[in-house]
Amino acid sequence: MRQALLLLLLLLGAAPAGAAEPLVADLTSHFVAITTGFTGANVVLFGATDGPGDVIVVVRGPNREAVVRRKSRVAGIWMNTHQLTFTGVPSYYAVYSTRPLDEIMPPAMRTLHDIGLANLRLGTVERNRSPQEIAEFRDALIRQRRQEALYADATGGFNFLGDQLFHLTLAFPADVPTGNYTVQIFLVRNRQVVGGQTSPLYISQAGIDAEVNDFARRRALSYGVLAVAVAALFGWLSSLPFRHA
Amino acid sequence: MDIYLPIAAMSQDVFVLLALGGAVGFLSGVFGVGGGFLLTPLLIFIGVPHMVAVASSANQLVGASVSGAVAHWRRGNIDFHMGIVLLIGGFAGSASGVWLFALLRRMGQIDLAISLAYALLLGTLGTLMLAESTRAMLRLRRPGAGRRKLHQHIWLHGLPFKMRFRRSKLYISALLPLSLGFFVGVLSAVMGVGGGFVMVPAMIYILGMPTAVVPGTSLFQIIFVAASVTVLQAVENGAVDAVLALVLLVGGVIGAQLGTRFGMLLRGEQLRALLALLVLAVAAKLAFDLTIRPADPFSLETLGQ
Repeated sequence: MRQALLLLLLLLGAAPAGAAEPLVADLTSHFVAITTGFTGANVVLFGATDGPGDVIVVVRGPNREAVVRRKSRVAGIWMNTHQLTFTGVPSYYAVYSTRPLDEIMPPAMRTLHDIGLANLRLGTVERNRSPQEIAEFRDALIRQRRQEALYADATGGFNFLGDQLFHLTLAFPADVPTGNYTVQIFLVRNRQVVGGQTSPLYISQAGIDAEVNDFARRRALSYGVLAVAVAALFGWLSSLPFRHA
Repeated sequence: MDIYLPIAAMSQDVFVLLALGGAVGFLSGVFGVGGGFLLTPLLIFIGVPHMVAVASSANQLVGASVSGAVAHWRRGNIDFHMGIVLLIGGFAGSASGVWLFALLRRMGQIDLAISLAYALLLGTLGTLMLAESTRAMLRLRRPGAGRRKLHQHIWLHGLPFKMRFRRSKLYISALLPLSLGFFVGVLSAVMGVGGGFVMVPAMIYILGMPTAVVPGTSLFQIIFVAASVTVLQAVENGAVDAVLALVLLVGGVIGAQLGTRFGMLLRGEQLRALLALLVLAVAAKLAFDLTIRPADPFSLETLGQ
């Protein structure tokens, strides 16, 4: 919290002088460590603007490929019958805005700046699919991710101190994907983006879990053998106290 | 208290996992089967990805079967000769199974395959076991029932490559235990089960082994099949969560000891009838779930994590 206060003071000092920059913002921390017992994390974003306006914050996780499958009924059983693979799918995507997005800026502007779930640029691996089918699968992808709380758009949540200073809490769920994130902050005035800034955020496993995961990935065979050995040793040890039973 | 599972990449309450391991261990103690056929579906139910559930169950099974096999070994109830022949089939089966698993996964049909395999196999076994234990209970009511033969000879025993298994008092074709081992190896890889619930009845009714050496020999070969599945799953699919497996083991060991004591209070055929009902209930639930309209026909899998 001391760090947060310091940052706030810094911004207070910067705000009146920084007339050249309409928007200055930063995160209190650029690193989130996932350790044993991780149940989610909050990262605080502080910012200052040079006057009234709307603020939009876009948090984007690393891109991955994702397969969407659709079930249909075959001989009385529900099974996957259609699938579509999307590329460039952000593993996490959250938009925070001071007011609903469509009140802040027109759709064309949002498309231009890649703001909002409707403007995710997803590619598909499969060719020759109808636009309706792609749209249907894309909607399903976004719906599923929303249910897992990995995609979100929220209005409000900004705490303004006067008209120029604000802070916002970015809340990440327990199963947040790891990797390099970007946090984009936009200042919008009269339906135009007048200021923007990008801040990096790195989410990573740390401590014993990170080491286990890293080992499992890099040296899969040794990891497998070790996993077997540990389980076997444990099994043998556990049979000792009951020897005379 | 939550614990973060590094491979499943999720937080889970450690007491839920301990209770799960304990409950499955209890059942395995009561009935003398591995309990993997309940553990995998339960893990999937609490949100562990299908693949990780199957692979980590195999890992915990290594520990659980070592624990059980040591107890049987002390009583001299393992037919090592039979175990090794089963094992050769088992290794080939688990390698094919892991390959099949990867293939089904690419086709997007792994979840269906797992559910269907469970429903069919458990349904058949449950029915057979229920019929057998009912007959046994009826036979006990009738006084003066004849002593059973040592074992029934069936035509399968006469296939070529005959081998002598002294501990089991058998002289049968090696092809029989080899193919049984292979089949159970495939099941182990695809379903994350030790296959005790298939192996044990097959050893009794198909191979004709004496009941006393069946659980020990089954556990002995499951150790190695589960170990090979764990290593193959780690290399092929990167899906083994050793932390999850270890927490499940801790619960399982305690549960198994309590279960064994509880099991001694019940009679054999009653126990088998109970297990049959349990198996049938799981099969019915799985089959039913396949036929109801899913809440959302779409599902999502993220690649390259």
